[in-house]
Amino acid sequence: MADARNIWQGIQLPSEEQYLACIRCGLCLSVCPTYRETLRETDSPRARLMLFRKVIAGELEMSHGFTDKMYRCLDCLACNAICPVGIKPGDLALAARSVIHQAKPQPWIKPLIFGGLFPNASLMETCMMPMLLYQRLGIQRVVNTLGLTRRLPTRLRDYERMLPSLPVRSLRHRLPETTPARGPRKYRVAFFLGCFQNMIFADASAATVRVLARNGCEVVTPKNVKCCGMPHLGYGDVATARALARHNIDILEKLDADAIITDCATCGSTLKEYGAHLLADDAEYRDKARAFSVKVKDVAEFLGAIPLREPEHPLKTRVTYHDPCHLRRGQNVWREPRRLLQLAGAELIELREADWCCGSAGTQAITHYASSMQILARKTENVAKTNAAIITAGCPGCQLQLGLGAQRAGLKVQVQHPIQLLDRAYNDR
Amino acid sequence: MLPNTLCKELSSIVGREHILTSPEDLVAYSYDGTSVEHRPDAVVSPLDVEQISRVMQICNREAIPVTPRGMGSGLAGAAVPMSGGISLCLTRMNRVLNLDAENMMAHVQAGVVTADLQAQVEARGLFYPPDPSSIKHSTIGGNVACNAGGPRCLKYGVTGDYVMGLTVVLADGRILQTGGKAIKNVTTYDLKNLFVGSEGTLGIVTEVLLKLIPLPKFARTAMAVYPMLEGASATVNNVLRAGVLPATMELMDHTTIGTIEEYLRLGLPTDAAAILIIEVDGGDEDTVTKEIETIGRVCRESGASEVRVAKTEQERNDLWRGRRSVSPSLARRRPNKLGEDISVPRAAIPEAIRRIKAVGDKYNLPISVFGHAGDGNLHPNILYDKRDPAEVRRVEQASRDIFGIAVELGGTLSGEHGVGVLKLPYLGMAESPIEIELMQAIKRVLDPKGILNPGKKFPCSC
Repeated sequence: MADARNIWQGIQLPSEEQYLACIRCGLCLSVCPTYRETLRETDSPRARLMLFRKVIAGELEMSHGFTDKMYRCLDCLACNAICPVGIKPGDLALAARSVIHQAKPQPWIKPLIFGGLFPNASLMETCMMPMLLYQRLGIQRVVNTLGLTRRLPTRLRDYERMLPSLPVRSLRHRLPETTPARGPRKYRVAFFLGCFQNMIFADASAATVRVLARNGCEVVTPKNVKCCGMPHLGYGDVATARALARHNIDILEKLDADAIITDCATCGSTLKEYGAHLLADDAEYRDKARAFSVKVKDVAEFLGAIPLREPEHPLKTRVTYHDPCHLRRGQNVWREPRRLLQLAGAELIELREADWCCGSAGTQAITHYASSMQILARKTENVAKTNAAIITAGCPGCQLQLGLGAQRAGLKVQVQHPIQLLDRAYNDR
Repeated sequence: MLPNTLCKELSSIVGREHILTSPEDLVAYSYDGTSVEHRPDAVVSPLDVEQISRVMQICNREAIPVTPRGMGSGLAGAAVPMSGGISLCLTRMNRVLNLDAENMMAHVQAGVVTADLQAQVEARGLFYPPDPSSIKHSTIGGNVACNAGGPRCLKYGVTGDYVMGLTVVLADGRILQTGGKAIKNVTTYDLKNLFVGSEGTLGIVTEVLLKLIPLPKFARTAMAVYPMLEGASATVNNVLRAGVLPATMELMDHTTIGTIEEYLRLGLPTDAAAILIIEVDGGDEDTVTKEIETIGRVCRESGASEVRVAKTEQERNDLWRGRRSVSPSLARRRPNKLGEDISVPRAAIPEAIRRIKAVGDKYNLPISVFGHAGDGNLHPNILYDKRDPAEVRRVEQASRDIFGIAVELGGTLSGEHGVGVLKLPYLGMAESPIEIELMQAIKRVLDPKGILNPGKKFPCSC
């Protein structure tokens, strides 16, 4: 094995303090969704930390196998939260991906998607065109009526089913630059258009803007923000994530808003990290990033802190709620969405293991299909027990996954963003 | 590395995906809850007793070492495959086979997580008391193999006290079933207890029949704060003499309290010399309340400056969360820790703690002492930094001194963690040559080729 010091020249490694104190107690195994499904030590946070540590020390090769193990982590943050020593094994798995990315760039497809596509909103929208046509021209209906998808392998059929009804026009083209407050203006907030929300769950974000306006917010929606950077961090490309962060800060800080609102759990947790971590070593942006991150609020978090108008048409529907990892552990926001649902009049049924990862984890359903589906099955089973008409989650990744879970199990449960229920209770459309 | 033909033979038994040989997998199965490391040549994860039997026949034929393993939370290195060979991982065998409410017994596979079993039996109004701190990340098989204890042992006893029967795969693949649901049984040697605490050196524990008891309906927990360590130690015997048998009496010294508080912010008294966490439980609320009141009085008479009784379930949970987090949270102070597990007669606790503290001063090492004061099982943890070779040497000396203290006071090296490899060099200090020879002789009968977890528990006779 080569001398460890030479291998790492010019590569940014995590500091020893981040992993040295792991005493391998194994407590993280008890909460790790990947371990609890496979019951294989290699799929545990403890093992991922250990493998990374061995690679850094030059005692284990940075092989394809190693890369695969680091990509199995769902970044659900459960290990970070439970570690009694204060180690963050989840963060280390991401750090390992960054080291892999620096040392051996990934094959062409990932750089294309994450380097070129995600940062560019209009390019992404163009790429969604074929899927939109598939739905709008009625092909999807024909295909489904004829049962053509039955000829597809289960996996492709799942991806086909996962696709929700797409909006005709992305939200970017529909939302005005400024949405005035209804009634007297009490706050001026900036709304961060997330990629997923913009293209797939545009209705949820439209509802977010309506609910904010209903509660005295003037909502400014800049159209030229770019991806929050999480997909890049997930694939170890820290440099692109930093560039995106700087771009978004430049756009949003000019707006002089009281708060920067997002309705995507992942965007929120990433935007909040700009100051604390991502740009902490950037002399020019450090202070701006900190000021920026302080203003970032999940929509439920923001609404939880201001007086809200009572809805005129309370729902009286049986609803349950799934805690997205990046909202519950990433931002410690979990009471607020439940309160919004109750305000909307919903009969809230608490979901068993509500904060257990659904297995979506960005692109895991595609890159680690089998384990992602196993983890989803556990979630779906719990959803079924609630007998709820609607399951809510403030995260587009979770929503796609939960929808797929319901379809696979033949459950008649709708998947929505919590804000959509409150919007319906206000009935402002 | 295992020859390819052998791998094929093993995969035909358990399935290809349940034989792991990649470098990453071998690293993942090279450790347990200690700093001991050694990679196996392959990891085999069987699904049932039959599969294990067939795997053992092959390993015995080829003389391949086999180290059984659950979730790898052991604190003595017992599950580390020191001789290579096969790491036999039993986590897939995680089914509760039968819950017999009438006879109050649970028949479980070895890979069932202890906390999962407890939750299942408690839902039926039954109780499986052993509660090692690793309750959420250790398995029944591992608990049996190490005869795991925990805070509740004072009143309820250790894992072995609940083992009614065992299914054990022997080294040559024969399947031994011993014990059963008959509560009294004197027709054989007590063979099942031979395997309890044997750390995988005599056979593979694959299924366990466990005794259950009625779930106590009420519990009250108190924390007593002591300005002097002696008061805490004296309390233990004074409480028992007052006619109360608490479920637990857990002691934490000054160093331990400070570490926990830094991590959890529970509002523990960081200036105290020691605290005791005492819990009483039972089926009658009035009795439980009276007992906790008696305990409060005895604590104050024994030198406690303050006694806080948890008023809500949240307060009670906080106290226990603090206690359970002690061991791992110590790593916040220094990167490494050596957790010892000495056991002394109850009356010797004050003297043991005094001497251990003196050892810490002598070698200039922080030593945190906590443990199950009610049964004399103490966990002195030496905190250090492995990167400093001089410090590592001092840790070794301090560790030997601590074992010496335990033996001088009429105690032993390990109360509940086991010997594994970590305590092997010191075994002669506590066990007589006859005991060691007898263990070697028993081992030869059950495992003539010496393939079961070789080099653990006692020095090899070969």
